[in-house]
Formats: sequence, structure tokens, C-alpha cells
Amino acid sequence: MTAATQPNEYVADEPTILPGKAPLDQDWADVAKWGAIGASTMIFVVLSGMLTGLDSRLVIERVFSLGYLAVVWVPLTLGFLVAREEVLEGMASHAKGANEVVSGGIVGALSGAGLSLLILLMDSFDLRDPLVNWSDKTLGLLQFSEDSFFGIVMWAVIGLLLGAIGAGLHLLTPDMRRLVKIMVVTVLFVSVFETFLTDLFKGFGLVFITDFLYAARGGLTIISTIVLAIVAGLVAFFGKGRVKQAQTRINAGAVEGGGRTKANIAMFVIGGLLLVILPIFTGKITNELLANVGIFLLLALGLNIVVGLAGILDLGYVAFFAAGSYTTAILTSPNSPGWSPELPWWVALIVTIGVAALAGLLIGAPVIRMRGDYLAIVTLGFGEIIRLLFLSDWLSPWFGGAQGITNIPPADFGFFEVKGTDPRSVFYLVLALSAIAIYVSWRLERSRMGRAWMAIREDESVAEAMGINTVNVKLMAFVVGAVLASFAGAVFSAKVGSVFPSSFLILVSIIILVVVIVGGMGNIPGVIVGAVVLIGVLGGPKQPGLLQEFSEYKLLIYGALLIFMMLTKPEGLVPNARRTRELHQDEFLQDAWLRKQVDEDEEASEAELGDGPTAGAPA
Amino acid sequence: MSEDTRTPLLEFRDINTHYGAVHILKDVNLAIYPGELVCLLGGNASGKSTTLKTLLGMVTPTTGDVVLDGEVVTNQPTSYRVERGITMVPENRRLFKRLSVKENLELGAYLRKDKDGMASDMERIFEMFPRVKERLNQKSGTLSGGEQQMVAMGRALMSRPRVLLMDEPSMGLAPALVQTNFELIQQIHADGVAIFMVEQNANMALSIADRGWVLQTGRVVLDDTADALLVHPELRASYLGDAGGH
Repeated sequence: MTAATQPNEYVADEPTILPGKAPLDQDWADVAKWGAIGASTMIFVVLSGMLTGLDSRLVIERVFSLGYLAVVWVPLTLGFLVAREEVLEGMASHAKGANEVVSGGIVGALSGAGLSLLILLMDSFDLRDPLVNWSDKTLGLLQFSEDSFFGIVMWAVIGLLLGAIGAGLHLLTPDMRRLVKIMVVTVLFVSVFETFLTDLFKGFGLVFITDFLYAARGGLTIISTIVLAIVAGLVAFFGKGRVKQAQTRINAGAVEGGGRTKANIAMFVIGGLLLVILPIFTGKITNELLANVGIFLLLALGLNIVVGLAGILDLGYVAFFAAGSYTTAILTSPNSPGWSPELPWWVALIVTIGVAALAGLLIGAPVIRMRGDYLAIVTLGFGEIIRLLFLSDWLSPWFGGAQGITNIPPADFGFFEVKGTDPRSVFYLVLALSAIAIYVSWRLERSRMGRAWMAIREDESVAEAMGINTVNVKLMAFVVGAVLASFAGAVFSAKVGSVFPSSFLILVSIIILVVVIVGGMGNIPGVIVGAVVLIGVLGGPKQPGLLQEFSEYKLLIYGALLIFMMLTKPEGLVPNARRTRELHQDEFLQDAWLRKQVDEDEEASEAELGDGPTAGAPA
Repeated sequence: MSEDTRTPLLEFRDINTHYGAVHILKDVNLAIYPGELVCLLGGNASGKSTTLKTLLGMVTPTTGDVVLDGEVVTNQPTSYRVERGITMVPENRRLFKRLSVKENLELGAYLRKDKDGMASDMERIFEMFPRVKERLNQKSGTLSGGEQQMVAMGRALMSRPRVLLMDEPSMGLAPALVQTNFELIQQIHADGVAIFMVEQNANMALSIADRGWVLQTGRVVLDDTADALLVHPELRASYLGDAGGH
């Protein structure tokens, strides 16, 4: 998309389209493989309890629950995937037709047959002991409250249909496919985020919208589903040209230079204003969620500097969060067991920053000389050591051991008090600190230090050979990361009002790391999106997210998402503009190179034919 | 060599280096004079890389001194030596692959503070390697082998070195590029930069070098002018192959 002004301009030819394959001309091994994947995924989802657990949460009133949604996406997606044809530039592709629908249908049917098999097994054996969800309730839902024969047939048929539909999406033009996608996503979004949207509309006094959309017992009504799909379709259909236009304009600006930055700054300002105004209208649930997102955003921004920029895989990052929380707790709480100066929050914050920087130096110094896997393992150990120190009897006269430190007062700014019972105030505080953290990260990334970090990430030995003092520079990354984590810790103490060692498990480190990886390492907008999507939607280690129903499966989804991202989009949800350009350039150069190679080969063979075999010098 | 009255730019005085208990370099003496092009030959595990690392300060010798322009720098860090004019072009180029060509060049000048000088040096590098300018904003990992070699040399030149250490410059390059590469080295050398080259391709290296050493299991076994080494019977037998050059 941005290749237009690159020096070697290269316009791709339209791919050649070959006639479609015969319906039964299939790669049967591939079909069987996808079918087996589908069947095992569906059985896994059912036995993990999603079907039963999420059944009470309706997507569409009386018709369709979240439980069934957790199951039926499988044949649909796999049908789509199996019919996909990877077309590299310059390669011919096949016309899509009956062949694709057949393969999708078979894969879907095989997937569905997995559940048919499960019904058969559940009917004949009792494995309730190892498998909690091997229950009558599950069986009932699988059979749609009919007999087992009905269930067995139904799942094969549902799978067949959904698989065929998934594959059939390839028959649509790209525009049509996009339209369908937008309609489906809108309906799912509006129904799955019911709690959030209800809260939001209520805040804006738009209760009539929620009344129209949602049924009394939850879920969309059938009518509202249809209306929603139509509205989404219309908006997508008429809005399409405009989005494209805006995109080209922004990209054109990007190539010319300042345009992109200006557009970005404008976006930031508008986004910032929205974030200031929005919480006034939204309810407690939403604000609580936003506050949690903010705390984890601060943590993720800090870790992003350590992992994303400097390439130091720190698995014990939670230690700095803990240090920040405990320092603030000791300095402000009257209940601090050892020493209790009861400072105001903002004074404590300044001390906390200093303590965190010191902690960064102390933990960083012994660790930093190691590289790669060793460093990761050692940081993992340090993270646990810090938590165990806070938990220990030995230090309990200062940190309170397992009882922690309680009764931490709210952060009082005179005109404005930040306390946990008022999530809006917490959100504002976190917003201000995030703005500082984002600005600092942004400046650092473009500084000499930032460049040195990236050099170390790419090749530490060579960075050293360039004269970069790698030990100092890496220590700086640790210190900056620790300070940002201490911001989060200070807010966390004031918000929750008490700190316990159990709030600082290794899981917290891992989740922050996943936020950074899924969002896009070394990329600030990516980290923001990662925090919103993972913490806001799925929830933090102990904080509920929008999808409260899924909280039991939070870690499962985190893991699946992480694997999925690593396999398909290692650059993260929001790869930064420059990297995307580079990646595209990569493909494009590859093609240009291939093309040149082919041309040369042709010329060579023509020459050979003309002159007869000659003992030419090797190229 | 003793007849040379100039001060060596870079010198090894009785260097011994150990990795743990393993004795790598044994009483090595080297001297590189300003503007010279010298090469160090040796097979695998002869201590060539350790020599470079010791010169650059990434490995500290057990005994002996590294002397840079008359100053003992044995215990000075790499950054100190880079600031005073030693730079290395690492084996296999080893660019910062996900960074752009420009960022790579800028990192070469990491320790420099004179912005104007950096800009003019960059221009000079573009003159020397016009291809580098074309690829300036491209991710360096996507360049061809030859282009990467140019960027690696440009990156090293950005620190305005007085002596350039080159670790196996022809390694991993297509045969046609090796020749071009040696021409580039000569071009840099013609600019007045002393070059210390570690190479396996003895024929090629000696054909452009002034002097050479042969390292064998950590000991300098031969030390002579390049011309003399080219016709040295032992060296011919072990490194150059009996048939000799082209």
C-alpha cells in the first residue's frame, strides 16, 4: 500500500485464474487432518465445560447461547481455512467453486462428527470421575434435549452446513465477504458485550436503545439481531469508500514525512479528550475496568521498554510492581507494621520512584551480565524471591507477612481524592500517569539510548563492538522499566487499599508479558491495544474483564491467543507503521528478485538454444 | 619490522589469553602501522577471533599489553578503544537486521557527538557505496549479501576509524562478490585507514596486503611481507594449495 513511492516501483500483475477443480479432486489427507483438528477442538471445548457453563448466557434470545457459540465457530472457521488457497504473487490461483464447498463441508461434518462420537461415548460410558463435565447436563445440551440419535445426526449436519458456509465465503467477492464479516462481528460484539454497552448507554441516557436491543433475560432479540445486521451492513456498504480514502490520505502523508506524525498527534489529542470525557458518563463497571486497564497499561509500557526495546526477557517484572506497591503502602498506611510515616500519596510516589529505581539497579546488576535463556530464568527466580521476602516471617515486622499491609488511605490531592470505591477517580489518576509513561517511552524510543537498546536487542556482541556500554545501557532499561512499574504499584495500593504477597504472583509477570507480545513488542500503540483487549476484555490475573463469563477460561484463552499470535502475527496486533512497510517491502523485494531470476534464466536458456552448448563462464 | 621507526598504531606485546584453563593466544606479538593493510591467516581454532576480541577489548588478556598509538589500553573497555579509532567489521556482516540501513549507520557513530561530521561522513559513504543510499530506509536484513557487506563497512567507517579490523570479510559471500569486496577494502585502505584483516582466503588476502602473520594454535609461526608469504613453501602447502593462485 505504501510501495507507491518506494524507489523501485513495482506493480503486481493480476494473478492468473485457472478453472476450478472438480468437486472430488481433493487433497484427502489435508481434509482428514483439518477434520481431526476440528473434532478434537470441539470435544475439548465441550469437555472443558464451556458449553454447559456459558449456556445460560444468551447471544440471541431463546435461539443461541454463548455456550453453543463456543462450539460452532469451529466448523465454520475450519471450513474457511481448509478452502483457503495461498496465492503468492505471480502464481496462478484456481477459481473457487464446488470443490471448496465440498472440502469445507467434509471438514465441518468431520468436526461435528466429533461431537456425535462424544454423545455416543457419553451414552455408553461413565467417565464422570476424571472428567467433571461428563454430565447429564452436557449430554442434554449436546442432544438439544432430544434423544441421542437426534443429537448424533444433528451435529454431523450442523458441522456439514457450517463447514460448507465457511468454505462458501471464498465464493463471495472480497467486498461481499467483508460485508458479511462486518455484519456477523457487529452482532456478536453487541451481544457479547451486553453488560458494558448497557452500562454505557445508561450513562448517556440512551436506555431506549438497550431496551430495544436486549431481551429481558439477556441476549439480543431476534428482531434486534436482524436490524443490527442490516444497519451494520448498510454502514459498511456506504462507508467503505470513505475509510479507504482516509487511509490512502494518511499513508500518503506518511511517505511525505510529517503527515503521519501530525495525524498521530491529532489522534492522540482526540483520543485523550474522549478518555477524559467518557468516564463522566459511564458507570462504575466500565470505570473499574478502565482503571484496571490503566494499571496494567503502565506495567506493560514499562515491560515494553525492557523486553520490546532492549530485548531483555524479564520474567520477574512483577517484583518492581510489588516494590512500588509495598513502598507506597508502608509510607502512607497508618497500619504499616514497622515504620509508619503516613505521608501523603504524592510524596510517597516520589519516594517510591526512587526506591523502584534502586530496586531496578539492585536486581538488574547481577542479572544483566547474563544473556538469553539464562537471564530469563534468573529473573524468574528474582521475581519469586521478592514475593517470598514480603511473605516471610523474617521480614513480617516490616511487611506484615501474609497479612500484608492494610488500611492504605486514598490518594488525596486536596481538590481531588483517588480511592478504590470511586473507580472514576482512579481512572483519571491512571490516565495522567499513563500519559506521562507514554510520553517518556516515546521520547526514549527515539533517543540515543533507545537506539542503543534496539542495537542490543538485535545483536549484543556487535552493539558492544560499536562502543555501546551494554551493561550500563541494559541497566538503564531495567531502571526505567522498574520506575514505570512503581507508578502502577503506587496507584494499585491507593486503589485496593491493602497489599498482600498473593497479589504479586508470577502469573502477573506472565500476563504483562502476554499483553506486550500480543499487542506488538517495542510498539506503544500496540501495547495500549494489547492492554485494552487482554485486560479490558478478558481480565487481569485477579481483575474481571468484560467477558466475565469467560473468566474461568481466561488463562486458556490467553495461552491460545499467545500461540495463535506467535504463529500468524508475530509482529503483534498493531505492528508499527514502519515495520509493516518493511515487511511489505520484504515480500515485494522477494517477488522482484524472483521475477528477475526467472527473466535471467529465460534469457540464458534462449541464448543457449541460439548458440548451441558453449562452455560459458558460470555466473 | 624492528627497522621501522614509526610508532605502531596498534600493538600486541607478548599477549597470552586464556578461556578458563584453555590457553588460546601464546606470546603473540603484532604491530600494525598507520595506513597499513595487514592480514592474519590461520586455520580453524588457531586463535584468530580471540586476537580480534582482545584487540577490541571484549576479551582481557592474562598477560601482556595491548597498545593503541603508544597508550596501553589493556584494561580499557571497548567503548574507550572505539572512541580512539579501532572499529570492527564482524564476521558475516551481522547487521542489526530489523533496523534500517540508516539506523545501522547511525549506530556505527554511536560514540560520536559531532553531528556535522557524521553527516559528511555519511555522504562520503554514499559516494563510496551508492547502493547504500538507495536502500537507506530499508530494513537491513532484507538486503542482498553484497549490499549488507557495504552497509557493514559503512557502519564501521561511521566511527571514523584509524584502524579497521575485518573478521573474515569474504566469508559467506558469492565468489563474484569476494573480488568486489576486496576491491572495496583496497578502496578504504587507499583513503588512509589501516586495515587488519583476518582471512581464510589466504591467496586473495595476501594479494592485497602489505604484510601478514600466520597463526597456528595460538602462536605466530610466520611473520613476513605479503609477497614473501605468497611464495613461502610451507604456507603454500598448507593454505594456498600446491597449485597456487589463478
